[in-house]
Amino acid sequence: MAFRQFGAAAAVTVALALATPAYAVTEIQWWHAMTGANNDVVNRLAEEFNASQSDYKVVPSYKGAYPDTMNAGIAAFRAGNAPHIMQVFEVGTATMMGATGAIKPVHQLMKDAGEPFDPKAYLPTITGYYSTSKGEMLSFPFNSSSMVMWINKDELKKAGVNDIPKTWPEVFDAAKKLKAAGHDTCGFSNAWASWAHIEQFSAWHNVPIGTKANGLDGFDTELKFNSPLHVKHLQNLVDLQKDKTYSYGGRGSANEARFSSGECAIFLTSSGYYGTAKATAKFDFTSAPMPYYPDVQGAPQNSIIGGASLWVMGGKKPEEYKGVAKFFTFLSDTNRQADLHQKSGYLPITKAAYEKSIKDGFYEKNPVLQTPLKELTNKEPTENSRGLRFGNMVQMRDLWAEEIEAALDGKKTPKEALDSAVARGNAMLRTFEKTAK
Amino acid sequence: MEKTTVFNSRLLPYLLLLPQLVVTVVFFYWPASQAVWQSFLREDAFGLVSEFVGFENYQTLFAQPEYYKSMLTTVIFSSLVAALSLSIALLFATQADKNLKAAGGYKTLMIWPYAVAPAVAGVLWFFMFQPSLGMLSRPLRGLGIDWNPLLNGNHALILVVMASVWKQISYNFLFFLAGLQSIPRSVIEASAIDGAGPMRRFWTIVFPLLSPTTFFLLVVNVVYVFFDTFGIIDAVTGGGPAGATTTMVYKVYADGRLGGDLGGSAAQSVILMVIVIALTAIQFRYVERKVQY
Repeated sequence: MAFRQFGAAAAVTVALALATPAYAVTEIQWWHAMTGANNDVVNRLAEEFNASQSDYKVVPSYKGAYPDTMNAGIAAFRAGNAPHIMQVFEVGTATMMGATGAIKPVHQLMKDAGEPFDPKAYLPTITGYYSTSKGEMLSFPFNSSSMVMWINKDELKKAGVNDIPKTWPEVFDAAKKLKAAGHDTCGFSNAWASWAHIEQFSAWHNVPIGTKANGLDGFDTELKFNSPLHVKHLQNLVDLQKDKTYSYGGRGSANEARFSSGECAIFLTSSGYYGTAKATAKFDFTSAPMPYYPDVQGAPQNSIIGGASLWVMGGKKPEEYKGVAKFFTFLSDTNRQADLHQKSGYLPITKAAYEKSIKDGFYEKNPVLQTPLKELTNKEPTENSRGLRFGNMVQMRDLWAEEIEAALDGKKTPKEALDSAVARGNAMLRTFEKTAK
Repeated sequence: MEKTTVFNSRLLPYLLLLPQLVVTVVFFYWPASQAVWQSFLREDAFGLVSEFVGFENYQTLFAQPEYYKSMLTTVIFSSLVAALSLSIALLFATQADKNLKAAGGYKTLMIWPYAVAPAVAGVLWFFMFQPSLGMLSRPLRGLGIDWNPLLNGNHALILVVMASVWKQISYNFLFFLAGLQSIPRSVIEASAIDGAGPMRRFWTIVFPLLSPTTFFLLVVNVVYVFFDTFGIIDAVTGGGPAGATTTMVYKVYADGRLGGDLGGSAAQSVILMVIVIALTAIQFRYVERKVQY
């Protein structure tokens, strides 16, 4: 009896297995690093796409934090079963680009699949980061952000700072006032030390981080961020760190809570912090553009993006590529992009979506979300502000932070620290150059 | 009559040894040889380009001042962790060996931390001692100590040592307690009757009888600090500030996994392997002489 049931079940299973190819649904694996509300966004996008047609099925899977997802993808590629789409954070760009053969450039993908694709429809400050110097888009921008200055309006008012500071000297003054008004452990602070004080700082002041348009024009690039301006800025931070007018808070984003807890009233971090700030801060806050030194000619220039993009892995079937291309077209839809931007706080990736959000009056109600866009589009990007693309950037960021820490702790002078960061970084770039072809 | 087993077949002993040999080769010699081979290559992260470069990876490594710094950090870190975790565990074990009420519960609680994953342990300690939010850094500040492991290298090192010791005490405790309980009571009682005080009893009877356990734990602990602590370091300090907590094994992890420099990372693991083999050999050659089985 039991055996007969089992036999029947087996027969049904076999019949189903045989029947499945008749539907011929092509599965597309999408590995990503999105958690919480962002994970829901990813799942919803996949569901909507799957419901919109019956030929392809996008299957998203969470693979851990950004570096973990990237490592999982690389390991899978080495084992011969890479996913079709892999979300890679911006600092992994050079590694992905250096791996010709491991990836399928997005412009090529769209052309092969015959999907309508106009690179000019996307915001240039975003796509510039992910394109060759000829303007060919290599990966598909997905979630982009930039660095902004978060302001605790209540505390600033209490400390007698009436205007939101615009320049670094104004920030230093405000921080001193805040300190005098009781913020004795933190006048101002930031997350992502290297991103704030080297990468964004350089672009915002239109000075190079490295040669060859910050590496965008070739891997034979050399670092340059030990200029007098960089040394001066680090010296200011070192001086202010002594009495905690500036309070260093680590290399990553772990200290962002110091803003929402009210400890630091001025705080530089990603615009993607918006969701958390909204959920946890019990005071009136806003975002403002990053500060600059007014005596630097051309400052402020424009900021560069952070966040991640979608890379298409190489060696897949044409049929599967067609599905990926269709999915990208689906993502580029103006209404969908505008909706995504307004709900998640990510930047819109197409010009049309940005304009629609302006037309909708979205920024009048949510000025906080326009700050990063204003920064990115502040001026036409220059060689120094189009983006950056250095090999081994993941590790290099830590290395740069290491040297900043040595300076702040008084172990090295700012000049020594930056010289050493440049020299060690250059050695890394030379190693990378030898393997990237 | 001599007791000897005679194998008639020449093949049989080899056949019986085979499973053990296969396991050793597959799970030890093969990966180790891969690491050695990889240390002579220069590869990109995806394994698309691979080039034989001889000893270049080693040369690059020994030209870095940071590598020597990580060696020094490793020496300080590992001796502190091994010494502290062994002595604290021994102290706890001797206390638990006494006739206590609720000794069972006490022992269970002592073993708990061992079940915590290194990364979780790291995060736990990180949050307790985070300079502005940590609940234990507030009282420290109250005492006038400007506690800041994010910038002060010594503070960061103290923090990872504490987390690593905390994680290892349970394991050592378990072995010490088992060792203590296997010491015959009669010997200790006899010495007590002879008038030996508790300290004298411990150092002349208990400790020598514990020496095989202590020696075993010493070897295990050295291997632990050399290979298993990178999870804790990664979660607590990420090797910082300014490389103050970058031990050799953490550098292997950072360069290989985060940096994608597989050749350089493999060269470092080969060096690490050689050091640990040498240390273990020294322990067996010299320390073991003092052990009484």
